[in-house]
Amino acid sequence: METFELLMQIYVFVLAIFVGFELITKVPPTLHTPLMSGSNAISGITIVGALISAGLEEFTISTILGLVALIFATINVVGGYLVTDRMLKMFKKK
Amino acid sequence: MEIISYLVYLVASILFIFGMKKLGSPKTARQGNFLSALGMFLAIVITLFDQHVLTYEYIILGLVVGSAIGALLAIKVSMTGMPQMVGLLNGFGGGASALVALAEFYNILNHQGRVFELSTSITIILSILIGAVTFTGSFIAFGKLQGFVTGKVVKYPMQNPLNVILFIAVIALGVVVVLDPNNTINYVYIILGISLLLGVLLVLPIGGADMPVAISLLNSYSGLAASMTGFVLKNNMLIIAGALVGASGIILTIIMCKGMNRSLMNVVLGGWADAGSGGDSSTGAGPQGDVKSVDAEEAAMIFDSAQSVIIVPGYGMAVAQAQHAIRDLMNVLEKKNINVRFAIHPVAGRMPGHMNVLLAEAQVPYDKLYALEDINDDFNNTDVVLVIGANDVVNPAARNDKNSPIYGMPILNVDYAKTVIINKRSMNVGYAGIQNELFFYPNSLMYFGDAKEAIAKLTNELKEL
Repeated sequence: METFELLMQIYVFVLAIFVGFELITKVPPTLHTPLMSGSNAISGITIVGALISAGLEEFTISTILGLVALIFATINVVGGYLVTDRMLKMFKKK
Repeated sequence: MEIISYLVYLVASILFIFGMKKLGSPKTARQGNFLSALGMFLAIVITLFDQHVLTYEYIILGLVVGSAIGALLAIKVSMTGMPQMVGLLNGFGGGASALVALAEFYNILNHQGRVFELSTSITIILSILIGAVTFTGSFIAFGKLQGFVTGKVVKYPMQNPLNVILFIAVIALGVVVVLDPNNTINYVYIILGISLLLGVLLVLPIGGADMPVAISLLNSYSGLAASMTGFVLKNNMLIIAGALVGASGIILTIIMCKGMNRSLMNVVLGGWADAGSGGDSSTGAGPQGDVKSVDAEEAAMIFDSAQSVIIVPGYGMAVAQAQHAIRDLMNVLEKKNINVRFAIHPVAGRMPGHMNVLLAEAQVPYDKLYALEDINDDFNNTDVVLVIGANDVVNPAARNDKNSPIYGMPILNVDYAKTVIINKRSMNVGYAGIQNELFFYPNSLMYFGDAKEAIAKLTNELKEL
């Protein structure tokens, strides 16, 4: 069962990489910076793991690690989306 | 409840994919970023209802502190500081992934009835390795861009063997941990320590002008670290989101390397093949001779009689914050019915798309900006090209001189235009450490001065004509 589960995760991983390649190859160079900061914000998704660790019932070393991870990930997510929006607001056609 | 959260995670994954798709066009990009943020918001909210989340004090603390710092950074940063900002955010993302993996290691260790599965131990180690390298690597990149750390190529003794040995050490220690995870927590910390050191050592040799590659690569790493954490937590949403970011970072890395005609290895190991000095010395080898220079008044007259102008900005524009002055120049030229376009080299600036963001800030419409392959054939029938703070990317040696370190690099063929006016502060060489033969061409005119002041002066002269 464990092997099967892992195999399924590897399937998802590989297919998602292909989706990523397909999506990004078409992005024009003009948008490369916002693309980078926007995708960077998505990598803050690790916040989900940080929330679980920081919110465990008992206070252990995992809670502390989770709290620091949560602060880092939140900076990544909030900063990333806001700064991307700030940039994209400026892109105007004539 | 578990089923609901998995369905919400699926919705979030779809929103990330749609968001990234919409980021592909300037018209829909803002909406795309919003969709992606909405996906993130849903993922966070549903996680708060997770059965394992029972105490909320630390969660509230973490979210409030993180949001405050993130928002402050996002509002305060200047557009010229964007490469540093992205570097910094990459670092936080990678660091968070490493910490989550470490926390999960403790969770399994301290929890009765939970055992280490092989795949979990392996991905915890990978997550710590990639996350920690991203963390310190990004901070070194940030330091280099901000000027805390030297922007030059740094060489240290035994550079490659040392890194290879450290990498092998991480793998060996990782195997030890995986074989007996219950008694090897100290080894995990050694792995963390070595990985943090590796991040420093890997980014330190990379020179300032190669930062577009470094930042793209670190962006990719931060995604891969998140994916690995997804394997650890058995969460497909993390795997998908991380893989999307990993793929996008790799594509940008490849585009940047192609823009310099160099292999990733060559960039990562530091500097151009032999030049190595990467810098500010004015003693570069190469063509010497007489250069012709013009002042603002003469330059203005040349522009006044032109019908078509192409402006080529480089990192010098960012340093001088000259984008607004350039926009003013564009407006004056257009009032005189002169056609103005911009040619953007893929590696101009310190991160992919750097020039485009600065010009967008100055309200230059994005449809006036052309990529190298879209404009390179038009230099032949262009009257005046204005090069501002760019050097290696317009050096014809990349086409003509087989012995030049930049030979083969795609360049903007500005020398094909009738007149090329080059604004620079001095005759100093560019990043590749070589003199630019363009400056000595008969159709080249040097217009010395700080970009911002020089362009403003030129604009004023033009207004009076």
